[in-house]
Amino acid sequence: MIEFHLDPRSGVATYLQIVQQVKEALRLGTISVGDQLPTVREVVADLAINPNTVAKAYRDLEREGLVVARQGRGTFVASTLARATSLPHYEVLRVELEHWLEAADGAGLDEESIRALISATVREMLARRVA
Amino acid sequence: MSPPIDARRLGKRFRRDWALRDCTLTIPEGAIVGLAGPNAAGKSTLLALAAGLLAPSEGAIDVLGHDPLREPSVLAEVGYVAQGAPLYRSFTIEETIEFARRTNSRWDEELVACLPTRIGSRTKVGSLSAGDRARLALGLALGKRPRLVLLDEPFAGLDPLAGREFLQLLMDGVAETAATVVIASHVIADIERVCDHIVLLTGGGVRLEGGVEELLESHRILMGPRRPLGSIRGVTSIVRERYSGRQLTLLVRGDGPILDPSWTVERVGLEELLLAYMAPERMPVPAPPEGLPLRWHG
Repeated sequence: MIEFHLDPRSGVATYLQIVQQVKEALRLGTISVGDQLPTVREVVADLAINPNTVAKAYRDLEREGLVVARQGRGTFVASTLARATSLPHYEVLRVELEHWLEAADGAGLDEESIRALISATVREMLARRVA
Repeated sequence: MSPPIDARRLGKRFRRDWALRDCTLTIPEGAIVGLAGPNAAGKSTLLALAAGLLAPSEGAIDVLGHDPLREPSVLAEVGYVAQGAPLYRSFTIEETIEFARRTNSRWDEELVACLPTRIGSRTKVGSLSAGDRARLALGLALGKRPRLVLLDEPFAGLDPLAGREFLQLLMDGVAETAATVVIASHVIADIERVCDHIVLLTGGGVRLEGGVEELLESHRILMGPRRPLGSIRGVTSIVRERYSGRQLTLLVRGDGPILDPSWTVERVGLEELLLAYMAPERMPVPAPPEGLPLRWHG
């Protein structure tokens, strides 16, 4: 069973945080087809958030075909997302990244600088792709 | 279906002072409303008018489609917890629940079952902690299976843990009953987690009202070099302007993207947004520091 957590400082809307956490769990394979998501009441009792927010997140996931709501029984995973670990190039990419990280470490970059560099590069690449 | 609260040019005067004036608003069904505003903004007055405890001096208020004074039977569907969760101090928890059970036409045992269980039901209400008393009062309000819950400053005097437990009980009750909730609070951080609709009162009037998501979507913070302020594309109004050195920071309401690249655009949080609207007027424009070649006109 997936357990949600909230980061109120993230600036990301609460319902989006729930959507993202379900998708992440699907990508990582921690939940799969047929698994039940916590009921709205369970999430609400756990996180002390607005039930409408949970319902909205579940509706979004349903619209994307990732979950299905069964009347009176709950919300179940209906589909899965491409799992990064099952891609054919996954292992090659992971090893390459490891080499790169070692090189960055050798060049004297600390963890924060490495993270900043990676996220800035990803942002630039996505911006180029959009343009 | 009639809206949970529908106020039209509602006003309430105490002797010569208006606590609330010209207040027109409609609370949408199923919303969890944060009723925000500084002290003495009229929040408690509005809730007491909705609960049928006060008569309007002018205008009108309907609750679930009925005038709460002329048709008080509608109040069976309204759960109201006044500031400080007043209860009979000499009653035990058991007696308090029994009293509520006998005085309410609608009563749901299951909703009351989630009340303070870690303390004995024979404990006197007067010896409860602020958090337990608040949860007991909320449980009694939820026991009516209300369609509308009105809470006046429920977090006052609660520590963060008690505040969280109170919210959990409230949100569980909402999930069960689908009630509309109005929470008056002058501390925005307390209600930010749950409310999806905001009514901001200042000086007895509605200053800002709307869905939280729409409000956050339609406001932005702009930062850039100090300059004369003309119209900015994408901005419909300036809520707040602040100057510091050569820097100008605006909180604006807009209707489109800000395309001028000389502005750094950021999203605004709910607390900052409401504080900006609460500030009485725009910050006065201070004289520019010496040595800055700035032209303010022309």
